[in-house]
Amino acid sequence: MSFFGFGQSVDVDILLNDADSRRRAEHKTEDGKKDKYFLFYDGETVSGKVSLALKNPNKRLEHQGIKVEFIGQIELYYDRGNHHEFVSLVKDLARPGEVTQSQAFDFEFTHVEKPYESYTGQNVKLRYFLRATISRRLNDVVKEMDIVVHTLSTYPELNSSIKMEVGIEDCLHIEFEYNKSKYHLKDVIVGKIYFLLVRIKIKHMEIDIIKRETTGTGPNVYHENDTIAKYEIMDGAPVRGESIPIRLFLAGYELTPTMRDINKKFSVRYYLNLVLIDDEERRYFKQQEVVLWRKGDIVRKSMSHQAAIASQRFEGTTPLGEARTPGPLSDSGNRQCSEKMDKTTTEESAGMDETFALQRRKCA
Amino acid sequence: MSDTAVADTRRLNSKPQDLTDAYGPPSNFLEIDIFNPQTVGVGRARFTTYEVRMRTNLPIFKLKESCVRRRYSDFEWLKNELERDSKIVVPPLPGKALKRQLPFRGDEGIFEESFIEERRQGLEQFINKIAGHPLAQNERCLHMFLQEEAIDRNYVPGKKQLNFSLEAGRQRLTKIFEYSSYTQGKSKSSHSKDGLATL
Repeated sequence: MSFFGFGQSVDVDILLNDADSRRRAEHKTEDGKKDKYFLFYDGETVSGKVSLALKNPNKRLEHQGIKVEFIGQIELYYDRGNHHEFVSLVKDLARPGEVTQSQAFDFEFTHVEKPYESYTGQNVKLRYFLRATISRRLNDVVKEMDIVVHTLSTYPELNSSIKMEVGIEDCLHIEFEYNKSKYHLKDVIVGKIYFLLVRIKIKHMEIDIIKRETTGTGPNVYHENDTIAKYEIMDGAPVRGESIPIRLFLAGYELTPTMRDINKKFSVRYYLNLVLIDDEERRYFKQQEVVLWRKGDIVRKSMSHQAAIASQRFEGTTPLGEARTPGPLSDSGNRQCSEKMDKTTTEESAGMDETFALQRRKCA
Repeated sequence: MSDTAVADTRRLNSKPQDLTDAYGPPSNFLEIDIFNPQTVGVGRARFTTYEVRMRTNLPIFKLKESCVRRRYSDFEWLKNELERDSKIVVPPLPGKALKRQLPFRGDEGIFEESFIEERRQGLEQFINKIAGHPLAQNERCLHMFLQEEAIDRNYVPGKKQLNFSLEAGRQRLTKIFEYSSYTQGKSKSSHSKDGLATL
């Protein structure tokens, strides 16, 4: 298969009908570069032309058929051969025959379902693209055009604050609070840390945003943790009764919405990690999941009618909330609460640094 | 859907701090000094001891002030005990300096002033790092090292909890409610100031 028609006798191009009015969004490619692609939402129609330009106008192009496909697929990096297509639409443009002159073929995929957001991660990629194929006996001519899909949500009905008392018995007790449990991508995390007991010598405190990408199922689950941000919120030693404010603007970081079990293939979840470091570089931390969602922009007049319909489909629905309140929070990855609050070291210690998970304090 | 609203970034309300907490001594006071090295004995049986003085207000230590004399091998003993019994990554001790103990040296070997000072600093760093470690504070060997006159090498290793049995009892009775409340941020805490219930 040859791509881009290089060395072939024909140049193939895919053009969208609304290329002038459609917005583009930046998306990182697998090698870390940022590129702009046309932005689509669920339910929008994808229409355009496949244009064929003969390099040598006198030479005819024989083919076994011309078609265009709209594909949404998940690709796991460790299993590159297998693409999992969750959307696959095809339109035949020409029956087997000849192309004698440069021409363009119209196509339209109406109200295409795009259930998931485009995602390029460390171990998995979810992409949508149009693919035009000119079938030939020896080798096909193929042209692909990637698009980017964003999934939108509205303000969740239920968005309570997260408030918890954690610590190490007789050593360090803090109460942390974050104003919400679900944040949109341009939101601000407002919170505070209140010190109840400080018997260790704290040097500083920071809050990290951790992205955990989970691929695989069953025994082959693989978590890839990535610290997206580290933000120092306190420098110096606090005492009992002090309250340290948190104000963290999410718009400055590269974040995606929380993705849970996408097509049963992968998940992307976000955690706030509160870390206190003492003067001997010992680390005390508490990790807390937060749900991130993408807010739709104000529907402007220039936006296509299609997109207006698409964004209205989300009125009143909260695909992320699931209306399931986490209840007594299960600390992701931390030990469950025990009556006897042991100090524990976790596997995250490296060398001389030691790491302690702050356990939730229960009534005795 | 108020998309045009700017996010509310005002600070969350917090309780004002009690002035005695703000200006009183902090609860994490712990200082250990190693000083006054003295070489005792004669000839081959000489060795150097150091004074280990500790001042603290941590309740886990029985004495708020203590002063004992220890030699290098006592520190080694402590390091071994902690490595065996606890899950701590124990910091390194200053070197054993075996070369300095060989004969026919031009200087005083391990009794050289500069070496003793170097060793003193290393031991001070070591003991401060260890004594502030929450897990090490649970080990009986640390308490014996810091606060008892002599180290009993035949002791029974073990963990040490807060030794004021009354305080421990109070803490068990403490009602500290954790509230990850899912009703619009309303605090349901009835956590009292010091976490102590009245008996």
